[in-house]
Amino acid sequence: MSAVASTPGGGSALAPITGRRKVTDVVMRGLLAAGTLIALIPLVLVIYYLLHKGLGAWSWDFFTTDPTGNFLGDQGGIKSALLGTIEMVLLASVIAIPIGWGVALYLVEFGRTGRFAATVRYFIDVMTGVPSIVFGLFIYVTLVVGGWGGSSFAGWKGSIALALLMLPVVTRSAEVVLLLVPDPLREAALALGTPRWRVTMKVVLPTALPGLITGSLLAVARAAGETAPLLFTATIVNGTNFNLGERMNSLPVQIYTDVGSPNDQLVQRAWGAALTLVVLILLTTLIARLASRRSRL
Amino acid sequence: MATTTPNVGRGDRSVLERSPSARRADPLFRWTLMTLAALILALIAFFFVYLINKAEPALSHQGVFSFLFTNDWNPSKAIYGAWPLVVGTLITAAIALVIGVPVAVATALFITELAPRRVRQPLIILVELLAAVPSVVYGLWGIFVLIPKLRPAEQWFADTFSFLPFVGGHVAGPNYFIAGLILAIMILPIVSAISREVISTVPLDLKEASLALGATRWEMIRMAVLPYSRSGITGAAMLGLGRAIGETIAVTLVIGNSPTIGRQIFDQGYTLAAVIANEFGEAANDKTHAGALFAAGLVLFVLTLLINGLARALVRRAASKGTKIKAIPGGAA
Repeated sequence: MSAVASTPGGGSALAPITGRRKVTDVVMRGLLAAGTLIALIPLVLVIYYLLHKGLGAWSWDFFTTDPTGNFLGDQGGIKSALLGTIEMVLLASVIAIPIGWGVALYLVEFGRTGRFAATVRYFIDVMTGVPSIVFGLFIYVTLVVGGWGGSSFAGWKGSIALALLMLPVVTRSAEVVLLLVPDPLREAALALGTPRWRVTMKVVLPTALPGLITGSLLAVARAAGETAPLLFTATIVNGTNFNLGERMNSLPVQIYTDVGSPNDQLVQRAWGAALTLVVLILLTTLIARLASRRSRL
Repeated sequence: MATTTPNVGRGDRSVLERSPSARRADPLFRWTLMTLAALILALIAFFFVYLINKAEPALSHQGVFSFLFTNDWNPSKAIYGAWPLVVGTLITAAIALVIGVPVAVATALFITELAPRRVRQPLIILVELLAAVPSVVYGLWGIFVLIPKLRPAEQWFADTFSFLPFVGGHVAGPNYFIAGLILAIMILPIVSAISREVISTVPLDLKEASLALGATRWEMIRMAVLPYSRSGITGAAMLGLGRAIGETIAVTLVIGNSPTIGRQIFDQGYTLAAVIANEFGEAANDKTHAGALFAAGLVLFVLTLLINGLARALVRRAASKGTKIKAIPGGAA
């Protein structure tokens, strides 16, 4: 006999699942499934329109020419924006990833307890929620208005703004991965007399590397799509520019500028650029996932 | 035998003799990493002080209270009342939450509790793809697809349900509702991901017990899963709110950028973030105007700091009840 049974014949503490209870169950399950479908509708629509309107803009010239023509540059493609995005995101990664990994190492190797580490952890969490436009504004007032380093607007200033918003993402994901490195591994190395810094650099970091790369690449993907911080820091310029000390185009800002003008050619370029940007981001995400698959953790 | 544990750090004697250089290197290593961590705190503090400093010309010109609550944003007359922007920010964020959170929670519940095991991972990846689409692309799609296609439906809704508050009249192309709808799509992945994390910490015992007592799947969700994860889901929704408040580019493109308070949800509006994106160029040479934009940035900064701080605390507490939670996914808006 069932220990909880009290309803005669039912064999269960509750009434049999019939009538109203059954209907409610089916309806609610259906609603939850419907909710999931609804969540995917915008994804399908956005991808459909990106392909539908973006592919038409793609051509060899689209990727190999700069905006030229009328005062807004309604001819030409996205070469400068594509290169600018890659350059600025690379520099941002070079700044944000080492700092982020360093802070995460501190939190995991030395700061598992203690008030200072807890404070750092809390503020990094909170920093992930700061709007990207606020980071842009901050770099604008500190670096752009002051006219640091020659040109007031410059690619490297955009990179710093991007680095600021990558930093918390890199740090948090790195911390999670580093925590997964088994403590016995550290203990074994320390017991052999290896100094702490060597244990960290030679044992902990290599073990966690695939995971660290995954987290950082996801941050890179996020930075590549950001418009607001670049709007006031790198802005937009005519022509390809490899000099990070000068104004620099980027895909998001190019799209934003093109959308803002009522000209079919510019809108067409915006769709093409948007498709390019999304493909770029998805590729990065894909590489990140492949890296994590190789992880031993 | 000397015991060596990873957390001793200093002063631990190991089995083998250490070289003097290693003894010097270890504290140096520790201090270098700690300095990096301290740098982040210093940066946030610097951030805050600097923004206040830069916002000061506008705030002293207008007064903090009057800046926030005056219903007139008119740079050409040097009147900076941010109330229409504050209202626009709150209305769009509210619409985003009303639409986005139920869908996100339904998605999280379906994926964790109902979906067949095979489709879980693909569904998770699909929902996360929504987060991979950049803000400006949502804006582009909003302008050229959503606004024209939804307009007839919105007009029909406004005409049919004009007895409801805030509904009726002529539907503007760009409007609060479209902005809220796009924000709902943008906050969906993060709210769903965190809800999923929280829901997955509900102890299996609890769920099995309710099923063993004869509960249906839905009753199990309603009586075991939801009560247990309520505070965590609330935290997830608040993180979504934080993101909706700070989101800039997509909103700028679809809200109409009109600094007056609309009377219905299909009216044009403006938000704090959008005004910064639009006006910083012309404001560069006007200390008061620039200051007003910095003040808007400051309001956003403080608002998101508060909301996120509170939300993280809720999610963390919910998570620590169950098993260890992974990092809270997310990033800057």
